[in-house]
Amino acid sequence: MLNNFVVPDFYPLAPEILLLSMSFVILLADLVLGKTQRWVAFALSIITLLGCAALTVMTADGQTALTMSNLFVDDLLSDFLKLMAYLSVIMVLVYGRQYLVVRGLDKGEFYLLVLFATLGMMVMISAASLLTLYLGLELMSLSLYALVAIDRDSKRATEAAMKYFVLGALASGLLLYGMSMVYGATGNLNIADISQVLYQGQADKTVLVFGLVFIVAGIAFKLGVVPFHMWIPDVYHGAPTVVTMLIGTAPKFAAFAMILRLLVYALFAVVAEWQQMLLIMAVLSIALGNLAAIAQKNIKRMLAYSAISHMGFMLLGLTSGVIGKEVDPFTAINAYSSSLYYTLAYVLMSLGSFGMVLLLSRAGHEAEELDDFKGLNQRSPWFAGMMLIFMLSMAGIPFFIGFFAKFAVLTAAIKAGHLYVAIGAVMFSLVGAFYYLRVVKLMYFDAAEDKTPLLARTSFRILLSLNGIAVAAFGLFPDAVMSLCTAVLLHSL
Amino acid sequence: MSAYLLSLAIWVPILGAIPVLLLGSERRFLVRWLSLAVAIAGLLVTIPLYIGFDPAVVGMQFVEQAPWVPRFNLQYLLGVDGISMPFILLNSFITIMVVLAGWEVIATKQAQYMAAFLIMSGLMNGIFSALDGVLFYVFFEASLIPMYLIIGVWGGPNRVYAAVKFFLYTLLGSLLMLVALIWLFLDAGGSANILDWHQLKIGMAPQILIFIAFLVSFAVKVPMWPVHTWLPDAHVEAPTGGSVVLAAIALKLGAYGFLRFSLPIAPDASHYLAPVMIALSLTAIIYIGFVALVQADMKKLVAYSSISHMGFVTLGFFIFNSLGIEGALVQMISHGFVSAAMFLCIGVMYDRMHSRQIADYGGVVNTMPKFAAFFMLFSMANAGLPATSGFVGEFMVILGAVKFNFFTGAAAAVTLILGAAYTLWMYKRVIFGEITNPHVAELTDIGRREFLILALLAVCVLAMGLYPYPFTEVMHTSVDNLLKHVAVSKL
Repeated sequence: MLNNFVVPDFYPLAPEILLLSMSFVILLADLVLGKTQRWVAFALSIITLLGCAALTVMTADGQTALTMSNLFVDDLLSDFLKLMAYLSVIMVLVYGRQYLVVRGLDKGEFYLLVLFATLGMMVMISAASLLTLYLGLELMSLSLYALVAIDRDSKRATEAAMKYFVLGALASGLLLYGMSMVYGATGNLNIADISQVLYQGQADKTVLVFGLVFIVAGIAFKLGVVPFHMWIPDVYHGAPTVVTMLIGTAPKFAAFAMILRLLVYALFAVVAEWQQMLLIMAVLSIALGNLAAIAQKNIKRMLAYSAISHMGFMLLGLTSGVIGKEVDPFTAINAYSSSLYYTLAYVLMSLGSFGMVLLLSRAGHEAEELDDFKGLNQRSPWFAGMMLIFMLSMAGIPFFIGFFAKFAVLTAAIKAGHLYVAIGAVMFSLVGAFYYLRVVKLMYFDAAEDKTPLLARTSFRILLSLNGIAVAAFGLFPDAVMSLCTAVLLHSL
Repeated sequence: MSAYLLSLAIWVPILGAIPVLLLGSERRFLVRWLSLAVAIAGLLVTIPLYIGFDPAVVGMQFVEQAPWVPRFNLQYLLGVDGISMPFILLNSFITIMVVLAGWEVIATKQAQYMAAFLIMSGLMNGIFSALDGVLFYVFFEASLIPMYLIIGVWGGPNRVYAAVKFFLYTLLGSLLMLVALIWLFLDAGGSANILDWHQLKIGMAPQILIFIAFLVSFAVKVPMWPVHTWLPDAHVEAPTGGSVVLAAIALKLGAYGFLRFSLPIAPDASHYLAPVMIALSLTAIIYIGFVALVQADMKKLVAYSSISHMGFVTLGFFIFNSLGIEGALVQMISHGFVSAAMFLCIGVMYDRMHSRQIADYGGVVNTMPKFAAFFMLFSMANAGLPATSGFVGEFMVILGAVKFNFFTGAAAAVTLILGAAYTLWMYKRVIFGEITNPHVAELTDIGRREFLILALLAVCVLAMGLYPYPFTEVMHTSVDNLLKHVAVSKL
């Protein structure tokens, strides 16, 4: 047996190995840390993520490297998405630090679970086989379920965690079932091999499309698009705001990688079928997300519905890659890179918006209601300005990043002939503008009821300001990031 | 230096707004004078645009070109012709008036108020000078943000409703325009250059769709009947400065859009739909004129009169002769001065009495004689009296309309009666008669600052009425060129 054993190349795995080892270090360190020394776990987590980022950059040579018996792939796309995921997680940790300390949630487990979730995302992003993909997804999801319930005395959080777990498990089941169908049709678990088999036309198409439906449903559950969106508002609402922020940001990159690897790479042979499914889901998400968000009084629920509509927009880009029967690589790359850019823009805006919710929260007071934003301009003109930027950017008003994200996606959609879908999408953005403007109205036009000074740490203030400035700056000069997204996809697909 | 004039016109006010914001609202003295300095600097950098402008040149002048988003082949492309250049000057001039008008009356958050207007001024200049479709759109939509805040923060009691209505109405139009812009962008093979779009061959059906998409956007902005209902609300609730900018500049953006996009990009659809446009314009002129007649609120009256006057502008565009288009352009500039002056006059009275109801006034001439004289001049100009700027544009458009079709011209000429009726009747009820309200008896006449603002506008109104040549001279070549272009079918 041992004669056949080939020592795998561990080099492309370096960031994952570091993250895993450091997780254990933090787990052990937490045993000896006193209540006042919890910052060590925080600092170690940040250092770990920075170390992973450094390793990811070092191993990024622009080549596609397969390792672990072709279960794991390290290409430019995975490096890029991982870096973005580290960045979001670091921002979540810095934003959430004070929130956790004040509420006594600043435990070692929190950091451990966040790191495990990050590891799950990294495995998903680098998956070269259906099995790896599923492993990564489950590691991430289970850590997130636990994180939602981390405040164990909160009934609402426990309920949300339960809901998330049950629906999430169902989605995993669907996905796994779909994967087994694909395995049955192609006889392979490896993504590249599946694509190869399908390309040669040796697969049973009925079984394949049957499996595809389950895979798409599973993905839609994880992404939270209509009609598989029901968990999103409850989980966003029930989870502690820091966890909401985490769920709403970094996993989107992992989900994007999952779509790209599963649908665009493995199942490209049935592109017409899945494009149609995604298109319907995209339109429904944009419509329902925007309409339902109007009725919300709680900002976390509002942002949850807004997330649904944004994911719809992201899918719109993915459905525009292939027009008719012809596969034009440039059109495809343009469309997928518009989606990637949209994801990036959305995560950046979302981090900032939840950051604002955290900024207004303090001991014994969750600033979750929209009314908590009343008169913010009187309390802090600077942060009111930041929230103005986030909200208008989400509404797709220029000069902010959200505008170019929408522009790129709409351009791809119109190019693919979805002219009426594009018109519908912009009309629902008009509906969306209403509830984003309501936040602006509360901040600027109404008088402050709550005049407590904002008690955020300097690091929080600096990060939030940088976040806002980035949303504005990438809106003024969108080219660098857009070209980067395109280049990454060009090298990896 | 002269190569960057348009960039300066855009960015001097916007960047100048940053130190104003940073000063904070506590330092009122510094805030005001710095804002004034920025506004004056903004005007000074635009003056060389007029001096250096060559009226004989066909095409764009002061062109600036730099890559902006190479990924989409979008450019930072600026340039002006005879149609757009006068508006940049008008806008920069009006900004000074607005800063002066907000000198004392704005009590809260003055720094933010001034900064909003300065940013708006820069964005407006951007709209008038952008030659890249997406850049135009970016400026066009970004200019909604400061206006939304101006109405909502410093407006009257019903300001939230007015601000949201303003924003959503305008956004509805711009989003459809965005789809049309993207369609054109793709059809032109990935070029967002507006001048390339002018040369694009487009079939009749897409032309009509494009025309309608642009129409929704620009008609809301102008505003044309029946999508005008946001304007009276916005005007009544906005602070004086906001009304001035809305009437003097923001309404012109829609009309400008017709000349820059609708007519040259979709000439066949423009001809095909011209009867509809003319009908809508005449409805605005006559019906809205009657609506203005019955208003009890002075600001609402002037707002409706603005809609009626803008009906003249759109009428001038769609009769396709040079008298019509030049007359419409003159009317736009004249309306910029006159409506600004009317709103400032109402502001002067509102600051003292805190009422805009005509019924609360009467006999103002007894206590404010100097003001009454200015108000008289502007009311006459609003009614289109010869020797004021209001006359020139209306007369040219009526001449053009008669040339196009006698009955159209006759219907348009009704405005001379209606305009005189509603403006002068209001004037009579407010200024003349017995003093019935004891507060009117306590009024003080205008101070030096107010005198300066009104005098500057009076000079402009008279100069343009007596000697319009410097205004028509610069636009003549561009208008002829546009007409030649529109006359050629693109099918």
